[in-house]
Amino acid sequence: MHPALQGLITIIIGVGGCVGYYYGANMLLDKVLFPAKGPNAGRNINRAGMIRPWIFLFPALCLLGLYLAYPVFATLRLSFLERLPGNEYAFVGLENYTKMFAEPKFNEALLNNMLWLIVVPAASTGFGLLVAQLTDRLRWGSVAKSIIFMPMAISFVGAAVIFKLVYEARPEDVAQIGILNHLYLLFGGDAPQQWLQIPFWNSFFLMVVLIWIQTGFAMVILSAALRGIPEETIEAAIIDGANPFQIFFKIKIPQITSTIVVVWTTITIATLKVFDIVFAMTNGQWETQVLANYMYDKLFRANDWGMGSASAMIIMLLVTPILVWNVYNARKEMR
Amino acid sequence: MDGIAGNKAPVVWALNISVVALVLLWLFPTLGLFVSSFRTGDQITASGWWSAMFPAEQTIQLRAADPDENRVETESGVFVVEANIFGEEAFEGELTAWATSSRNLSAFAPGDTADLGDGETLTLNADGTYIWQGNDDQISGRGQRIFIDATTPPDFTLDNYGFVLFDENNSEGMAKAFFNTLTVVIPATIIPILIAAFAAYALAWMDFPGRALLIAAVVGLLVVPLQLALIPLLSFHNSIGIGKGYLGVWLAHTGFGLPLAIYLLRNYMVGLPRDIIENAKVDGATDFQIFTKIILPLSFPALASFAIFQFLWTWNDLLVALVFLIDASGQTTVMTKQIVELLGTRGGDWEILATSAFVSIAVPLIVFFAMQKYLVRGLLAGSVK
Repeated sequence: MHPALQGLITIIIGVGGCVGYYYGANMLLDKVLFPAKGPNAGRNINRAGMIRPWIFLFPALCLLGLYLAYPVFATLRLSFLERLPGNEYAFVGLENYTKMFAEPKFNEALLNNMLWLIVVPAASTGFGLLVAQLTDRLRWGSVAKSIIFMPMAISFVGAAVIFKLVYEARPEDVAQIGILNHLYLLFGGDAPQQWLQIPFWNSFFLMVVLIWIQTGFAMVILSAALRGIPEETIEAAIIDGANPFQIFFKIKIPQITSTIVVVWTTITIATLKVFDIVFAMTNGQWETQVLANYMYDKLFRANDWGMGSASAMIIMLLVTPILVWNVYNARKEMR
Repeated sequence: MDGIAGNKAPVVWALNISVVALVLLWLFPTLGLFVSSFRTGDQITASGWWSAMFPAEQTIQLRAADPDENRVETESGVFVVEANIFGEEAFEGELTAWATSSRNLSAFAPGDTADLGDGETLTLNADGTYIWQGNDDQISGRGQRIFIDATTPPDFTLDNYGFVLFDENNSEGMAKAFFNTLTVVIPATIIPILIAAFAAYALAWMDFPGRALLIAAVVGLLVVPLQLALIPLLSFHNSIGIGKGYLGVWLAHTGFGLPLAIYLLRNYMVGLPRDIIENAKVDGATDFQIFTKIILPLSFPALASFAIFQFLWTWNDLLVALVFLIDASGQTTVMTKQIVELLGTRGGDWEILATSAFVSIAVPLIVFFAMQKYLVRGLLAGSVK
């Protein structure tokens, strides 16, 4: 069967099934199990009211449990096991972890990830704030923001191709087609550079791609936050003779700190999971490995589920503080 | 109101210039790929894409026609070759100078006659016609080399797109991958919305024990890296017989998209006016009716926001497709995977790479610009509370 047709049928079955489930379960509850009439009408309405939320929630809870909650525990369990031939598992304790920490490639990935975690959120938030502030009162500000926001729609793989062209290096005696090498030679560089093959610095050239994508996100949110600052505070500062820099750093920034933190943590999470960019541009060669790509290597190239799961748990461990903090804040807000 | 200084002309200029610089910095990488996708492979390797928009000055090395076949004896002992150096095709550029030796480029202007020694001469005109004459020995063997300085106008082609999208013989074409991506994306966008909308309504407007806990759980699941899900779920899919395929990838995308969907929709629904819902309840509407008749239509902006997120995310996804969809046969490859393959096999063929990448980028860009309003709204609702 043609996959497009299959897709169409899935949409019909999926959507129809969902609607049918919700409608049917609701009807069953109201008409058959607890009809709102007869001698027990009042009691029935209450009981139906107690069950109905769970009917509404059931499919979502099933999928959330199966696709997000269960894997956390299953991966934790796998990280203590070693897969033997014939679908057998043996408990090996922390051996996967100790083996992994002894691997230079893992330490390289961990170190690189730390570097990514420092540079990308800082640079994206910084640039985002800069653009948000600069375009705030500009007549064509919305056009500028649109363009800087645009990379958000581009896939990591597409961005990887885009930046491979930027970093392209050609032999010295022919015309350069990568704009970076072109500018490098124009401003006095001696020979075209293979930017992605210079250890240590190449990680930064990869980070540029993610910063390029994430800045728009930071800008949109910070721009809304800047607009939300009460005018009076700024007017008061002007009357007191504050200069624009003082207004920005001493009046505006303190008022949007919580938003900056939200943006920073959101980008941090995106950075932690970065996979496609490294996979498509260097595949971890030339010392650019990161955790997510290391994990993919272990799982699907080396077929080592134990160590792959162990490295996935490291990513989970790094996310956990943010997770706890988010949940804590959400609970605080609801009270 | 950014201080009185903000209104001074130099400051305004500096502001405008720095924003222009930033915008160009952000635009240039994409523009490079876009321009390259309309150039032939030869053009891409001959000059940077930034020079493609302007007439290019280049030196072309050509050869006069084969003397042994084309020469004509005009008077005794004098042989002449008369032809156009550009052949049958019309030349669209402008010939500015020429030479017969690479050591002395641009030696002659159009119309000049070059003395090649011992009475052998060559005259080249601006339109490319030339007269080459000399004795029997001189006008034989291979054609005389001519170096031309020419200014060629910008030249763009749609051939790359034809090759990548419509060439039946191109086994690395994007047409199939495009439809595969579409097949993944549409159900993976619609189904989570439906499921999340019901759950969000329950979490926003229904009272039951454990509600706060569930909301906290959704917020927590929002950041769980999907990397953890790969192996457990792949084994699960294999054990229930789905294996690798569309059904698996639809389910996976639905599962991974749900926390954000529920979170966004609940936040939006909570903000709807309480009066409407309570009035409807007083009028005897059930929760199901309230949801379908009142909440769903009112939540359209939030639904649209999430739909765009999920669309962009599933369209641009590589990892989930690699793990849950693409099997050894490669029949179900998606565009992102196809591009990664091309990066490996055709790393230097920028016309193919650029065009393929742009085919996959184009649709999200259209959606982005058409529905930017909803995207921004969704981002704000999802992050700032």
